[in-house]
Amino acid sequence: MKLHEYQAKELLARYGVPVPGGRVARTPEEAEAVARDLGGKVVVKAQAHTGGRGKGGGVKLAGSPEEAKQAASEIIGMQLVTHQTGPQGLPVDSVLVEEQVDIDRELYLSVAIDNASGMPIVIASAAGGMEIEEVAESTPEQIHRQAVDPTTGFMPYQARALAFATGLDGDLMRPATALMAALVKAFEESDGTIAEVNPLAVTKDGRLLAADAKFSIDDNADFRHKDLMELRDTSQEEEREVEAHAAGIQNYVKLDGNIGCLVNGAGLAMATMDAIKFEGGQPANFLDIGTANNPEAVVAALKIIGSDPDVEAVLVNIFGGLARTDIIAEGVVQAKRQGLIDQPTVVRLAGTNVEEGARILDESGIELVRADGFAEAARKAVEAAG
Amino acid sequence: MGVLMDSESRVVVQGFGAAGQREAATSIAYGTTVVAGVTPGKGGTDVDGVPIRNTVREAVDEFGANISLIFVPAAFAADAIVEAADAGIPTTICITEGIPTLDMVKVKRYLRGGATRLIGPNCPGVITPSERSRAGIMPTDVYLPGNVGVISRSGTLVYEAVDQLTRLGVGQSSSVGVGGDPIIGTTQREALELFEADPETAAVVLIGEIGGTAEQEAADYIKGMSKPVVAFIAGATAPPGRRMGHAGAIIAGKAGTAQAKQSALMDAGATVVQSPSKIGETMQQVLKERGLA
Repeated sequence: MKLHEYQAKELLARYGVPVPGGRVARTPEEAEAVARDLGGKVVVKAQAHTGGRGKGGGVKLAGSPEEAKQAASEIIGMQLVTHQTGPQGLPVDSVLVEEQVDIDRELYLSVAIDNASGMPIVIASAAGGMEIEEVAESTPEQIHRQAVDPTTGFMPYQARALAFATGLDGDLMRPATALMAALVKAFEESDGTIAEVNPLAVTKDGRLLAADAKFSIDDNADFRHKDLMELRDTSQEEEREVEAHAAGIQNYVKLDGNIGCLVNGAGLAMATMDAIKFEGGQPANFLDIGTANNPEAVVAALKIIGSDPDVEAVLVNIFGGLARTDIIAEGVVQAKRQGLIDQPTVVRLAGTNVEEGARILDESGIELVRADGFAEAARKAVEAAG
Repeated sequence: MGVLMDSESRVVVQGFGAAGQREAATSIAYGTTVVAGVTPGKGGTDVDGVPIRNTVREAVDEFGANISLIFVPAAFAADAIVEAADAGIPTTICITEGIPTLDMVKVKRYLRGGATRLIGPNCPGVITPSERSRAGIMPTDVYLPGNVGVISRSGTLVYEAVDQLTRLGVGQSSSVGVGGDPIIGTTQREALELFEADPETAAVVLIGEIGGTAEQEAADYIKGMSKPVVAFIAGATAPPGRRMGHAGAIIAGKAGTAQAKQSALMDAGATVVQSPSKIGETMQQVLKERGLA
């Protein structure tokens, strides 16, 4: 789950990470009041789950509370389009109003999971800012890493090593190591998947500040973070994906094509998409039904697929292991009877209880295109979608 | 023979709920020795003839359990894995999906250098058809005894691949699902090492996925292998996900793409299959060419 910048900064500030003075505002009037409290000279930043907000017109400087009000009125209510959002953009219903800071230099600092070592790693670079990925690719020696061993936690010498490597020496050394330790602690205690400060600013008056912050939380750890889960902003997520999550389907991603897919297992779901493209078609979604142990879950998933106006054919591809094909078949029959999918539907069942699954489909009398193998199923779905 | 599971395997099931009971019954019907289930508080009872114990330690002491199969819910799965290791179980196989990543960070570190091998989590388990030995959730009827080892990051896609092999009469020595989570106990590379050392395995099917760098690490090992490898990478046509920040790109660079993985595997000498429906016939072809069929 992604946090907004203001939420991330509030979280990090609680752990002692220094952030610029500021508050979130949901109306131009609120923005004006916050700007007045901050002395008038502020930056007004759109709160949306995307990078590149400045280039998309979502970040504006204001020299007075009136200008802040004006800037907020232009930003709140906009659809912010950036290189990460796609052409439809993301809605903006709040802004972060912050004091302007005079920045001397910009660094990069993050904590993320390194799959290869199986540990969180802290990444730091003196070359912060928008071009950090290019820096990582062209001059990897400018990227410094320290793994966080869970038996010791993040050690002070590791923080010092990163600070020295990135030029945070002299008077900045202590605040830098304290900031890093606070960032790691916030990451660990909140079940972070990414905690990123970019840029980490050194101000002209010699302070260290998290000028921007991104924070993402492990959805699998939601049971121990009820408070943080309340920060979820579903307006930033695809409508159908939100609907799918509400129905208990975690792995649904909306795509651009016209063949709706219901598959069990993420790998098979990806391979099904690969097979559809091989046959010249385009998937309308990725959907991993997982271990559907009741027909209702299948019906809910098919409702989401069937109501997608882009979908012209549906492909159900199930290889039952823990998932039972008879339950999937029962779900398909119920969804068809309830009129939730009126598109032509190709069903391929294999694995656990496949004879029973096939019998349920046969005896239902419902018109379905049946397929035996995987490639055949993809080919028939592409044909059906026209 | 085969890897990890054989006729000497004695399985204890941790988390003996509906799924655990059903899969235990399937394994028993297949011919596997399932010695006990563990449900804290229900020790001393039995379910359909399977004795239940309160702890893994009891199952080891009383029944000589040497494989643990975990179905415990995600919030408690880390505890279950460490309990199995602490009880001296040499191989623990975790089916559970959705374990918090930072729980797995601790588990992985705890297991490092120890005597317990973890398979998974979020995996379909392990099966050795010639020994009728199964600890997992895979459908048994698609497997056929033979000489092809199978390694997969994905659960259901491996059934698909095995089904293709079996329909062509190409049997399997063992099938190992390493799991789809960011942090797993046994990597693709380590699973390849097991098959390279197994006298019954003549060739290996490796099913990877986009994301991470595990396939590249596997490719490094394939360079020195004596046995041929046929590989498929799922997700070649998947659109890039909406990203959060830059850290992921800094860690993995471009290594996460299907293309990068395919070329690393090809450079290492593996035969890379582009279409997911051609895994079986490609392996059949490779076996024929090498005189291993």
